[in-house]
Amino acid sequence: MADVIKCATRDAYGAALKELGARDDILVLDADLAKATKTITFKKEFPEKFIDCGIAESNMMGIAAGLATTGYTVFASSFAMFAAGRAFEQVRNSIAYPKLNVKIGATHAGISVGEDGASHQCCEDIALMRSIPNMVIINPADDVEAKQAVLAAADHEGPVYMRFGRLAVPRINSEDYHFELGKGVMLRDGKDVTIVATGLMVNEALLAADSLAKEGIEARVINIHTIKPIDRDILIKAAKETGAIVTAEEHSIIGGLGGAVCEVLAEEYPVPVLRLGVEDTFGKSGPALELLKIFGLDAEHIAQKAKKAVSLKK
Amino acid sequence: MEDNRKKELKKIAVNVRKGIIEGTYNAKSGHPGGSLSIADIMTYLYFEEMNVDPARPDDENRDRLVLSKGHTAPALYAALALRGFFPVELLKTLRKPDSILQGHPSMRYTPGVDMSTGSLGQGISAACGMALAGKLRGKDYRVYVPMGDGEIEEGQVWEAAMFAGNRKLDNLCAIVDFNNLQIDGSLDEVNSPYPIKEKFESFGWNVIEICGHCFNQIEEAFAAARQCKDKPTCIVAKTVKGKGVSYMENQCDWHGSAPNTEKYEIAMAELDKAMAELEA
Repeated sequence: MADVIKCATRDAYGAALKELGARDDILVLDADLAKATKTITFKKEFPEKFIDCGIAESNMMGIAAGLATTGYTVFASSFAMFAAGRAFEQVRNSIAYPKLNVKIGATHAGISVGEDGASHQCCEDIALMRSIPNMVIINPADDVEAKQAVLAAADHEGPVYMRFGRLAVPRINSEDYHFELGKGVMLRDGKDVTIVATGLMVNEALLAADSLAKEGIEARVINIHTIKPIDRDILIKAAKETGAIVTAEEHSIIGGLGGAVCEVLAEEYPVPVLRLGVEDTFGKSGPALELLKIFGLDAEHIAQKAKKAVSLKK
Repeated sequence: MEDNRKKELKKIAVNVRKGIIEGTYNAKSGHPGGSLSIADIMTYLYFEEMNVDPARPDDENRDRLVLSKGHTAPALYAALALRGFFPVELLKTLRKPDSILQGHPSMRYTPGVDMSTGSLGQGISAACGMALAGKLRGKDYRVYVPMGDGEIEEGQVWEAAMFAGNRKLDNLCAIVDFNNLQIDGSLDEVNSPYPIKEKFESFGWNVIEICGHCFNQIEEAFAAARQCKDKPTCIVAKTVKGKGVSYMENQCDWHGSAPNTEKYEIAMAELDKAMAELEA
């Protein structure tokens, strides 16, 4: 395991923006967080296409919308808390309602923000963004996927919310991985239960499947990188073939991946679904890896849920 | 301004006002008060000031207008219809389910609408983005953004004002429709944004104070705005809420309610009389 590469998805965001910088239509906006969101990687290369809007996220979203009406593809960046939370209504009314080409790069999502604590640990952003018509939501699992997701978002017509983390996370995809917007990825097959994970929980899901295998439980693992529109087919197939589902996300158990999966399966093929995520509570300060354990966002807790899900099968 | 041209604009403004009354009456809802107060400025913008072509509403070089005070869409729609962007007959369909005329402006429904607005304070940010795009691409189009005087209580307005001043967006022209009334009462009763002029000036703007119903002053203000370099301009236009319909003037109750049939007929008779006097 010593050779596992670790990289934060926000670093991949910066790298992907730099790659896109050669395009005439690309502009990148930030709200005084370029060093943290990694848009600085773009700024260094293309200072004339980088616009710092200062600490005024609501205005930044409006400026992004106005720029987009003239044909620009605009990346607007801030922490998830402010991009999805503070500027929610600007995103809804000025960007999503007119379906403008604004791509929101939201970094520092979830508990793994770490020491900054609850005020900055946004675990509600997927729920907020999922409720807005026209919005596409991507939550990549590693840097390889994140980079490709950014490139795909740039080519998508309309608004996209991209969720990135602060923490360096293990790379799980090989360099020849191909990201397809809206398509879930089966990373491991299994017949007893399916673990549907997103973001940094995908790696934990794979580790959980390893430990479950030792106990004779074959868990399927699906990476849902695109939370909206969600890949209904892969979920229904998993429900039919494995009969039980566990969802895993670094987000509130309300309204995120777990909610989305339940909505699909309740209507299409009801099976037991257990949701693992942040349990309707605020975060707190601490080292990111410790916090993930404290909040139960790890392979061990996924495996426990998986066993319970298996026991609930009819 | 030549007298003939001024008379012509006054006639168009009467028709804009008739369109506002027609729309809100048929919709049985809407915002006539603030629509009537901005009617003369909308008339001047679409018939004198702005470089727009109804045949090419998406022309990339056109001047843009973002109606940040989006609830006064009836004034925008009437001006656009009279300018030829869509048939005047459609004004009667305002707010109806199959209409291209939404309760608040939507750029995806209506030809000539440059930005979807309605949530106060957001239009000026989008206008900043359009103006910045013009600068980045070296285009010489201008961006106009009418705002309500109550609207400038929104914090986002000042985020945008700071940005525009800092970026020297001299292709941006805001108009504050200063009618001194918002839904709950007069501005200073509710939450005073005064002094308006000094506030914008301190954010790096060129500020011009005028009568918002006097075409000579409106013309001079927009001309001065075009001449001003390195600063965005804010025209603070003193207006009368409900202007042109006697019983609506200076009454905040007409901010967001439509005339019934009796009131509709009184309003139309007054506007017809105003037109007859202009034609005499």
